[in-house]
Amino acid sequence: MAIDSKQVINLLLERFEGHLGNVEESYGMNTIQVKRSHIFEVIQYLKEEQSFILLTDVTAIHFPDYDPEMRFAVVYHIHNLFENIRLRLRVFLPEGNPEIDSMTPLFASANWQEREAYDFFGVIFKNHPNLKRILNMDEMEIFPLRKEYPMEDGGRVDIDDRFFGRSIHNE
Amino acid sequence: MSVKRFEEYIKKHEHDPERELQILNFGPTHPSTHGIFQNILLLDGETIIDAEPTVGYIHRAFEKIAERRPFYQITTLTDRLNYCSAPINNFGWEMTVEKLAGIEVPKRAQYIRVILMELSRITDHLICNSVIGVDTGALTGFLYVYQIREKVYDIYEQICGGRLTSNIGRIGGMERDLTPEVIEMIYDVLKFAKKTFKEFETLMNRNRIFMDRTINVGAINAERALSYGFTGPNLRATGVDYDVRVMNPYSSYEDFEFKVPVGTSGDTYDRYCVRQAEIWESISIVEQALSNLPEGKFYADAPEFVFPPKQDVYHNMEALIYHFKVVMGEWPTPVGEVYHSVEGGNGEVGFYLVSDGGRTPFRLHFRRPCFIYYQAYTEMIKGSMLSDAVATLSSLNVIAGELDA
Repeated sequence: MAIDSKQVINLLLERFEGHLGNVEESYGMNTIQVKRSHIFEVIQYLKEEQSFILLTDVTAIHFPDYDPEMRFAVVYHIHNLFENIRLRLRVFLPEGNPEIDSMTPLFASANWQEREAYDFFGVIFKNHPNLKRILNMDEMEIFPLRKEYPMEDGGRVDIDDRFFGRSIHNE
Repeated sequence: MSVKRFEEYIKKHEHDPERELQILNFGPTHPSTHGIFQNILLLDGETIIDAEPTVGYIHRAFEKIAERRPFYQITTLTDRLNYCSAPINNFGWEMTVEKLAGIEVPKRAQYIRVILMELSRITDHLICNSVIGVDTGALTGFLYVYQIREKVYDIYEQICGGRLTSNIGRIGGMERDLTPEVIEMIYDVLKFAKKTFKEFETLMNRNRIFMDRTINVGAINAERALSYGFTGPNLRATGVDYDVRVMNPYSSYEDFEFKVPVGTSGDTYDRYCVRQAEIWESISIVEQALSNLPEGKFYADAPEFVFPPKQDVYHNMEALIYHFKVVMGEWPTPVGEVYHSVEGGNGEVGFYLVSDGGRTPFRLHFRRPCFIYYQAYTEMIKGSMLSDAVATLSSLNVIAGELDA
């Protein structure tokens, strides 16, 4: 049963009507926006009925300039090895309550990848068996990849690197 | 440092005369971890009951640093991920940016990249395989095949000046062309490698002690391996023929003929055999690339992204302007998100790049195969002997730099 990414997306849109956002294609990969209440069902459906058996990557992004309801995005890359279809699923989370279902019941690889996303962005994965910091030290209080934490001390006057990359406020 | 649940377990079975429980720290700086990561093991005699891995000892915040660097300066960060095969990471990153910017790289540069990537795959695999030998008691093979690595590093040195952290290639192609001397050196290395690997395989492949120490050790089945996100030789050892070079060819891999070796049982011996077979395929790919090396330019015709040749910068106004602009990060960077993956030494090395049109990436995430499959280590060593855990760890080829980013 040969199937291509268009058909998979149509099946998804049919099945999860009203719970998916817009579909966009960029650089050869389709991105589907999913509501956070249904991300687990979507990935479960993709894994169990559409043979997306490899969860390639889980990560998060912080958008400080977006609407407060869309400050964080959790991005899943998922791969159907039989038909070679890659899909990107994106879930936006609000700033005050960045909670999302954990994928650990479906993919064992999600365990550390979600811990990494928690470690750097503070995204809470519900039902995760061991949600604690992984690469940073346990005593750390901030989530360092959020944009409000500049890489260098803003009070330094001995360097001026406005011309190299962003300013310290990431503008 | 100790783990609470281990202490509780010991307390519960304290008076059991049949058991001899203890907690053992394996790592962080133990010679057989080949990197800096810790495993706290709960042992019953010599059998492992449970393990608790701790990672992050050499975390260097590459993803944060990358958000403040111009694109061409991120290549040096990728060197330090999997430092056993740095050129693969370098080219992977460069190809990601080329994909984002829509740069068409000339065929010659693609072939040069294939040659260098396959040479680094050989060095990556030979380290892993010879280290399995060391951990099972055969130091000879290790020191013997290391000569190949040394010779390959001489080639990197001729091409880019660097050895371990190579920073090889540039966005849009290569910095320098392959000179006839370098091509001669590559042919010499291949000749030497064939002879050396033949001897190495005679020493190891059917060695009774080596087989006894590795067969059925640290086995994982295909289903669990896929669930744990295995890619690369470790996944192929379980029998799944997933190879990024075949499935999503990049850099003209579709022009070459090679086999994807697979194993059956996913144990340490299978991982060894798959890597060894891949070395021979890599040698054949390098030979094919050298004999069909196309003529032409070795960098793309996209002056707004590609560094101009140095001699032009000093004598040509236009080249100087472009050089200045590229160094300052003044790029017409497109807005968009791109995921590109290459087949690294350990599996699928992916780069997820989100660009907002600025001089630096808005967000860059490295998919590091080691980080993802090292989670399975606990499951793989449960119930095995302590010495088997060492052989399993070296056969997974966990590179601390890649694990911790």
